[in-house]
Amino acid sequence: MKNLISAAHLSADEIRFLLATARAFAPIIKEGGSIPLLKGQTIVNLFFENSTRTRTSFELAIRKLEGGTLNFAAVASSIQKGETLIDTAKNIEAMRPHCLVVRHSSAGSPAVLAHSVKIPIINAGDGFHEHPTQGLLDAFTIEEKLGTLEGKRIVILGDIAHSRVARSNIHILKKMGASVAVCGPPTLLPPHPEVLGVDYAYRLEDLLPTADVVMALRIQMERQNRMQIPSVAEYARVWGLNRERAQLLKKNAIILHPGPINRGVEIDPDVADGPRSVILDQVFNGVLIRMAVLSHICNPVGLAHWIEKIGHHA
Amino acid sequence: MPKLLHADSILIQGGHIIDPSQNYFGLGDLLIEDGKIIGLEAPGQIPASRARQVISAHEAWVLPGLLDIHVHLREPGLEYKETIESGTRAAVAGGFTTVACMANTQPVNDNSYVTAFIREKAKATAACRVFPIGAVSKGLKGEELAEIGGMVAEGAKAISDDGMPVMNSYLMRKAMDYAKAFGIPIISHAEDWNLVGQGVMNESALSNELGLRGNPAAAEEIMVAREIALCRLTRAPIHIAHISTEVALEHLRRAKEAGLPVTAEASPHHLTLTEENLREYQTNFKMAPPLRSERDVEALQKAVAEGLVGIIATDHAPHGLVDKAVEFDQAANGIIGLQTAVPLTLSLVHRGILSPLRWVESLTSNPARLLKLPYGTLRVGSDADVTLIRPNQEWTLTEDHLLSKSRNSPFLGWKFKGAIMNTLIGGKIVYGEGLN
Repeated sequence: MKNLISAAHLSADEIRFLLATARAFAPIIKEGGSIPLLKGQTIVNLFFENSTRTRTSFELAIRKLEGGTLNFAAVASSIQKGETLIDTAKNIEAMRPHCLVVRHSSAGSPAVLAHSVKIPIINAGDGFHEHPTQGLLDAFTIEEKLGTLEGKRIVILGDIAHSRVARSNIHILKKMGASVAVCGPPTLLPPHPEVLGVDYAYRLEDLLPTADVVMALRIQMERQNRMQIPSVAEYARVWGLNRERAQLLKKNAIILHPGPINRGVEIDPDVADGPRSVILDQVFNGVLIRMAVLSHICNPVGLAHWIEKIGHHA
Repeated sequence: MPKLLHADSILIQGGHIIDPSQNYFGLGDLLIEDGKIIGLEAPGQIPASRARQVISAHEAWVLPGLLDIHVHLREPGLEYKETIESGTRAAVAGGFTTVACMANTQPVNDNSYVTAFIREKAKATAACRVFPIGAVSKGLKGEELAEIGGMVAEGAKAISDDGMPVMNSYLMRKAMDYAKAFGIPIISHAEDWNLVGQGVMNESALSNELGLRGNPAAAEEIMVAREIALCRLTRAPIHIAHISTEVALEHLRRAKEAGLPVTAEASPHHLTLTEENLREYQTNFKMAPPLRSERDVEALQKAVAEGLVGIIATDHAPHGLVDKAVEFDQAANGIIGLQTAVPLTLSLVHRGILSPLRWVESLTSNPARLLKLPYGTLRVGSDADVTLIRPNQEWTLTEDHLLSKSRNSPFLGWKFKGAIMNTLIGGKIVYGEGLN
C-alpha cells in the first residue's frame, strides 16, 4: 500500500490487516510504551483545514512510532496566496520528508497530490469525500466492543450527504460484513440515498430497535444552512439521539460519535456520557489505527519483522 | 488576347468537396481569384494553367471555412490566458476561419467602446475573422440591459451573458424583446444558478461517491424550459449554448416542433466525455455545464445527427495554471477546444454516428445563418474561406501542437484520426502546407 486516499479502494484483507496491527500495538501503547517503526523518518502533517483532534492524533501516533513530525498549516485556498496546491506540496516534498498526512476542505485534493509527489500520502479527511482513518478506527472500536463486525447492524445518523466520515465508514463496514443503514433529514441525505448501497430511513425510530451500533454525526453548525434544516433545535427534536430514543436500543447496543460532539443537538449529554457511549475509546483507538496505517505505509518491512517477532497477529 | 494569370489565384484540385450550403457532395475543383471563389466545377474542368498556385487535394476533404460561434479570447484584460492573436492562431490551426468571442472580458464587452476595441485589435492581430458577442446586461450582472444597439453598430453579432446566466426572467424577457430591433439572437448559458449552488460536477451517484457537490441536470433543464417559454412569449430568437442533458433536448425538440425560433449548439467535449472522467479529480474535466452521464452524451450525439442540435461550437475557454492547478472546488470551469474540435467531432463521422454533411453544416452553414454572416459556403462569388482536412491522418495531441496561450486540454495524449491540411481565409493560406 503506497498511499491511503480512500476506504473505497481498501480490500477486506487490507482492512483486516490494519485492524489486527492496531490490536497488536494496543497493549504496549496502553502501558505508555512506544514502538520504533518510524525511527529516522519525518512525517509532515499538511493541514489545509483546521483540525486539532485529527492532527493531534496523527502527531501522537508518529511519536509513539518514534518518528519525527512537523505540522504545516497551509491556507485553505491556494488561490489566495498565488501558489497552486501542487506548488505547495512540491515545496514541502523538496524538504525531503518521508510521508505527507493531508487534510483539505476540497474533495480530491489528496488524490491529486498523490499524482504529483513521489512520497506517500495519507488522507486525513478531504471535503465530503473520505476520512479513511476515521472509518478504520470506528470499525476497530465496534469490533473491540462487539467482538465482530460480521452481521452487525450499524445506523449512521445525521448529515450523511456532507460527511466524509459516513462515506469511509460505509465502505469499510460493508466490506467487513456489517449491515449499514443511514438516517437523517432528507435534505441531509444524498438526493437518491440508494446510491450509497445501504438501507435508509428518514425517522430514527424506524431503525433503532434493530441497531447494534448508532453512530451520531456532528451537525456542522458553522456550515449550517437554513435551506437544509430550519434550526438546530428542530433537528434535535426530530433526529437528536435523546434518552427516550436511546431506550429503543437493544440491551448491548453501543453509541459512537466521531467528535467533537454538540451536546444537546445530535446527542443528549446523558446519552453521550452514558454506559453505551464508547466515544473516548474511539479517541484512543484513533492513535492505534493511525500507527498501523503509518507503519504499514512508511515501513512495511519493519512492521512485518515486528509482527513476526511478537509472534501473533490476529 | 491571352487572359493574364491573376496574381492571387489558387486552384484546389481533386478534393472531395462537402458544402451543405449548396448541397455539393463529391469530387470537384475550386478556383479562387482575388480572395473570392470564382469557380466550382467537376474534376478536370478547370485547367491547372488558370491558377498561379495549385493545391492538390487528393484524398482530402474541401469544406467551407469552419465557424466557431462560442470562444473566449480573453482580450481585453485576461491576456495571461489568451489574446486575440494567440486564440485566432489556434483557431486557424484547428480549421476555423471565423470565430465569435464571448463578452466576459475585463472590462466586460457591454458597450460600443469595448466592442470597437475588439474589432480594432482583431483587425491588427487576428489570424482569422473575429466577431464580438456583446453582453446582455451591464457588467454581466443580470440587473440592467447593456447598450445593445451601440455594440451591434460596432459589429456585435449576438448578445450573451455566457458563464453568468441571466437569472432575472423579467430582464431576460426584456432583452429578448429589445434584441428584436437589431435582428440578433440571444445566446443563453442555460443554468439556474441557485440550483447549481456550489455544485462542481454533475449530480449523480458518482458525485456522491467522490464527495463533490452536485450540479443537477435539472438546473440546465429548468433554464432551457424558461428560455423556451420566453421565446414563445416574445418570438425572439434564442440560442441555447452547450446543451448537455437528455431532458433539455426533449424541451428543445418540442419547442422546434411548435415552430419556435430556438436553436442550440453542442460542444465537442459534451459529445465525447462523461462524468466518469472525473474519478481522478483532474480539473481539466471541470466545465459548466458539467460533463454528464453516458446516456446524456448518447442523446446529444443523436440530437446532432438528427439536426435537432444544428451547431457544434467549442466553448474554447483558456485558463492558466493558477486557475486550473488548484483544488477541484476552486478550479475554473472550461477547456481550450479550437484545435481539438475537428478530430473529436470527426470521430463521430468515422464511427457512423454523424453523416459528413450533417457534420459539416453544423460547423459552417448553420452557425453562419444564426449570426447572419456571409460565410460557411463555397458558393461562387463568396469570400474564399476554405478548410482542407485529411480525414484519415492519424496524430497524437501534445503540448507542442497547442497555439493557445493556455494548456488546459483534457485531450493531451489522445490519438486522433483527422487533421487540418490547410486553412484559407479570403483566398490566403493562413495555416498548413504551402505556407511560407
